[in-house]
Order: sequence, then structure tokens, then C-alpha cells
Amino acid sequence: MTDTLTFVPLMIVLGAIGVPAAVFAALGAGERALTLFSGGAGRRARPWVWLFLPLILVILILIYPVIVTIFTSFQDARAENWIGWQNYAWAFSGQMLDIVGNNILWLVAFPLITLVLALASATLFDKVRYEPLAMTIVILPTAISFTAGSVIWTQMYSFQPSGSPQIGTLNAIRALFGADPLPWLIQPVVNNFALIFVAVWLQLGIATLILSSAIKNVGSEMLEAARLDGAGEWLIFRAMILPNILPSVLVVLTTMIIAALKVFDIVYVMTNGNFGTDVIANRLYYELFAANNLGHASAIAVILLFTALPVALINIFQFRSEARS
Amino acid sequence: MTGVSIRKAEKSYGEIAVIHGVSVEIEEGEFVVLVGPSGCGKSTLLRMIAGLEEISGGEIAIGERVVNDVEAKHRDIAMVFQSYALYPHMTVRDNMAFSLKLKGMDKAERETRIGRAADILGLEPLLGRYPRQLSGGQRQRVAMGRAIVRDPQVFLFDEPLSNLDAKLRVEMRSEIKQLQHRLKTTTIYVTHDQVEAMTMADKIVVMRAGRVEQCDTPLGLYDNPANTFVAAFIGSPSMNFVEGKVEGDAVVAEDGIRLPLPAGQGAALAGQRVTYGFRPEHMELAPKGGIPCEIELIEPTGSETMVSLRMGQAAVAGVFRERIAGPEGSTLGIRPDAARIHLFDPRTGQRLA
Repeated sequence: MTDTLTFVPLMIVLGAIGVPAAVFAALGAGERALTLFSGGAGRRARPWVWLFLPLILVILILIYPVIVTIFTSFQDARAENWIGWQNYAWAFSGQMLDIVGNNILWLVAFPLITLVLALASATLFDKVRYEPLAMTIVILPTAISFTAGSVIWTQMYSFQPSGSPQIGTLNAIRALFGADPLPWLIQPVVNNFALIFVAVWLQLGIATLILSSAIKNVGSEMLEAARLDGAGEWLIFRAMILPNILPSVLVVLTTMIIAALKVFDIVYVMTNGNFGTDVIANRLYYELFAANNLGHASAIAVILLFTALPVALINIFQFRSEARS
Repeated sequence: MTGVSIRKAEKSYGEIAVIHGVSVEIEEGEFVVLVGPSGCGKSTLLRMIAGLEEISGGEIAIGERVVNDVEAKHRDIAMVFQSYALYPHMTVRDNMAFSLKLKGMDKAERETRIGRAADILGLEPLLGRYPRQLSGGQRQRVAMGRAIVRDPQVFLFDEPLSNLDAKLRVEMRSEIKQLQHRLKTTTIYVTHDQVEAMTMADKIVVMRAGRVEQCDTPLGLYDNPANTFVAAFIGSPSMNFVEGKVEGDAVVAEDGIRLPLPAGQGAALAGQRVTYGFRPEHMELAPKGGIPCEIELIEPTGSETMVSLRMGQAAVAGVFRERIAGPEGSTLGIRPDAARIHLFDPRTGQRLA
């Protein structure tokens, strides 16, 4: 105990003073070295001198782990022997197929439901005077962590057998109308959508906010011109607003797709993957920390990475082209 | 084609009234300009005609049909906006085709109409381009093309030239006027620029603070302004005003300067206080026997000379065909053209004679 008591503060002081000092010294030495070169070569070398430290950091904490994970994904449970593609064969067979299927359901349903609801909210909010209030209500869940949101909705979905008092809000409402209680988190398919809905509830606010600002940027005179040209409200939305906010729609879609790929907290807290609700990220956690199978866990991680990569790239290119225009 | 009747039209936002019972009759095929300083309600009135603003009171009729409760898209009017309001994600051709498609017009007929409008406006080489690839003047033309293809009953223009540079503005001014003469479509045009109003209009409606101050032909307004507001608004530089008392055949200002009246007019108004108005271009140089004024500033434009003068206590602007050598600070004798002066009531500002 006495060791940590002196060791930790010492490390903090070392980190706070030592790291900047080391960076300063390294850059100073680099600049000194640059003066030895003649003009042109020095100019070309200078960016690399300054990039040197960040590049090392990126390699150390990003690229190195990725490479190790890829290697491990071709090894057995304890990362001792090479076993070829077996981990990947396992990842696309047996019960893993159901899990991948669940992720595909998330991948399609979550972004689409969020997008449609966000578009509807943003468009309708734009037409009412109490927009700030409506926006606040929709954005409020964004401030709640996924874990806390999951706990809230576990209570909302709570299920007691028919005849017992229902403490879950949804089943209490069903009881009010004389309907039998629904085991929201247990009944297959219903439970998957119940989980997806929690994610929608948590993310709808930010999606609405992005789309709302895009809609406000659509010129009001253009919409009036369309109205005079004979367009009704639906056509104005479809033919005028939607094409003009397409970049923002794409941003929302890709962000939500990545969120759907990585979904973990909601499933872990609410069902822990039981009753046919498991998803890849939760399984990754299980394989790594419960089953201690490094090979399986790494294979899943690699699959996740390469599925999310193209979507992330689309997002980056979209941002870049927007920055340029 | 049809005329437009505005009868006691009113507009208010909650408690705040912005249009106070405006009535204007616009004949079929007429080019009418609504003009006035910013905030006078001219754009609001235009938007009420378009159906983009609700009418709070009175009625607006296009032809025989009262359109108070008719939706904008059913009023058969086309509008050119100040920002042009082109559809940025559509080519020039699609911009013009949009309304025709909505009408359910077949492709051949659409193409004929677009071709004709493009021909009139010189848009053929631009039909495949997007608005962002066009210059300001070209966008302006596309906005007009989009209005023309519809062959509407009424054209509405909301300050369409204010985003163009000065040279282009003068060009487009005459182009729009020629176009209207050719199509003979009833046109209502809003501007705050009195030169645009004077040069383009068959009839000008001068507005101030939600009311019509006067409605007449451009030269009618120039020659017979109904009050000091119209007198000052129409014409550039503005009309000069001097307050004084009618004595004999002159108006005598407080500083004793005598301003000439047309023969015989003095008798009818003898002893009355008046506002004496005369335009800068309606005075002549009179080295002998004129009113002595101090020259404050000389601005030669080449064809004429604009001079800022001090006439007793009043600041007066003059425009002369002659070149004036100055120097600034020296004295210039001038004489207002008595036949072309205007007299107004100094309290109400209304025209006296």
C-alpha cells in the first residue's frame, strides 16, 4: 500500500512534467538537426520531424494492437498454436449465425427506424411554434448513458405472469386495457425490437438535431417557389427538402450503422444475450472474459473492424467533400 | 390573362398591423410597380397576392375570382424571387420543367415550352447545367424562364435585380420590360429603387408604412406628386423643399428669400403658409436677379453638373446642363422655374395646387 501511495503521485508528476519536456526536447533536437540540411531538404523533412512522435503513438496504441489481434485470430484459445481459418469458420457457423443474424437485424432496423423518426420529427418540428420544447424532449435521452437508459427500459419492459401486479409501465398499460402481459425481453423477435427501440430512444435526439439544422438551411424562398409551382407538402419534402439534406442523411445513416455494429451495453445490461438476443460485441466480451478464448474473440473483433471500416470511410469522405464545398 | 383587384387588403401579425386597407386596381396586361422604402409593406402585399401570406382583411381577386382562400398553387401565378430560389439539385431544364410536370403535361409539350422560353432568354446553352454553375445574371434569367414556361395569369417579381451589379441591373431592367411587352402578361413588380420603378412601370404604386401614398403613371407621379413624401421619393436627386408664406407673386421664406410663383396663383393663397417644392433639375442659372446661393459642393457627371447649394438657411440641390466652374464657397445666382414648382400644406404635407 505504501508503495502505491508514493508511486502513483510520482508517476503523475513525471507524466505531467516529463512528457511535455521530452516532447519539447525531441522537437528541439529535430529542429536543430534540420538546420544542418540545406533549404529544400530541410523543408521536406520538417513535417516528419513534427509528425514523428504522434506517428509513434498511433502505431503503438492503434496499429500494433490491430496487427496482434489479426495474428491472434488465426491462433487457438490460448494464443499458442496456429490453427488457420478455424476461428473464422466458427464465427460463421452454428449459434454464431443467429448472433450475426441479430446484428444484421440491428444493422437494418436501427438506422432505418431512427432515420425515419428523426426525419419526421425534424420536419414536423420545423412547422410548429413550440419547436424548442419539442426538440428538448427528444434530445433529453441523449444525455443518459446507454447503461442507465438500459436500466430504465428494463423497468419499463418488466414482466410478471398474468394475474400478478405489473410493475413494468408497458405491461401495466396493457393490463389497463385488459390485455395479457407481454414478456418483452423474453419472447423472440419482440425482444430484439424491444432492445433496438431503446437504442432508437437514446439516439433519436442527436439524429433529429443534425437533420433539423440541415432542414433549416434549405432556402425558404426555394420552398415557396416550389409551392407556387404547384407542389404539395409531401412533394416539397420528397423533391425539395430531401435531396438538399442528403449529405446530412448520409451522416446520420452511417453513424447509426456503426453504432448498430458495435452495440453492446444495451444487450449486455438488459438480456446479456439470452433469449436469442445476442449480438457480436456481447459475444466478443463473453469469449474474451468468460470463455477465455482469445482466438474466437480476436476473430470476432477483426470481423467487426472490417465491417465497420467501409462505413466509417464513407463518413470521412462525406465530411471531406462537405468541407470542400 | 387577367387583371388583379386589391380591395381594402389588410395584413396583421397578431396585434401589429402592417398593411392598412390597401386598394389597387391592376388592369389586364399592365406592368405595375410597387415601390417604397424598406418596411413599407410592398413585399408583404406581393406575397399576399402570391398566396404566401394570409390576407387578414379585405379581398384580393385575380380576374373575377376572389383568391383569399385559394392556395398559392391554385392561383396560377408565377413569382421571381430576390434570391432567385432556383432548385439547386436540378438542372436548368428540370428547374423549368418542374411545374409543367406537376401539371401533368406530356414530355413533347414540356420540351416545346422550355425551348421557347430558353430561346427568348438565351438559355439554350445552359439547359444542362446546375444553378451553382451559373453566374448571377444567368440565374436571374433561369428564374424568369421558370416563370415564363408556366404561362401564368400574373407574374410577380420581388426585387429581382437587387443582387446584380449596376451594369447588369440596367440591362436586365430593359430586358424584363421588353419581355413583358412581348408576353403582355399582367405583372406586379416590387422594388425600393425609384429609378427601376420610373423606367419600367406602366403604373406605380408608392407605398409607405402599409398605406398607398399615390398610384399613377411614372410621369404623373413626377409631375403631380400628391404629397411631400411622393414628391421626395420620386426623382433623383430629391425635390427641394422650403417653407414660407405666400406674399404677392412669391413665397417668402423666413430668411427673407423670395421664391417665384406662377402668375395668378399667389392671389388664391395670399397670406397662407406653404411648403414650396422645386426639383433640382427645374431651376436655371440667373447671374443677374437670381437668388444668390453659396456653392457647397460641385459634382460634375459630364452630361450635367450636380451642385449642393445653401440658399439662406435651406440646403438645396441643383442639376444644371451648364458646366459650373465654382469655386466651392463662391456665390451662384439661381431661379426656380415658376411654372414647374409644387405647393404643399406644411402641416399635412398634402398638395395644395
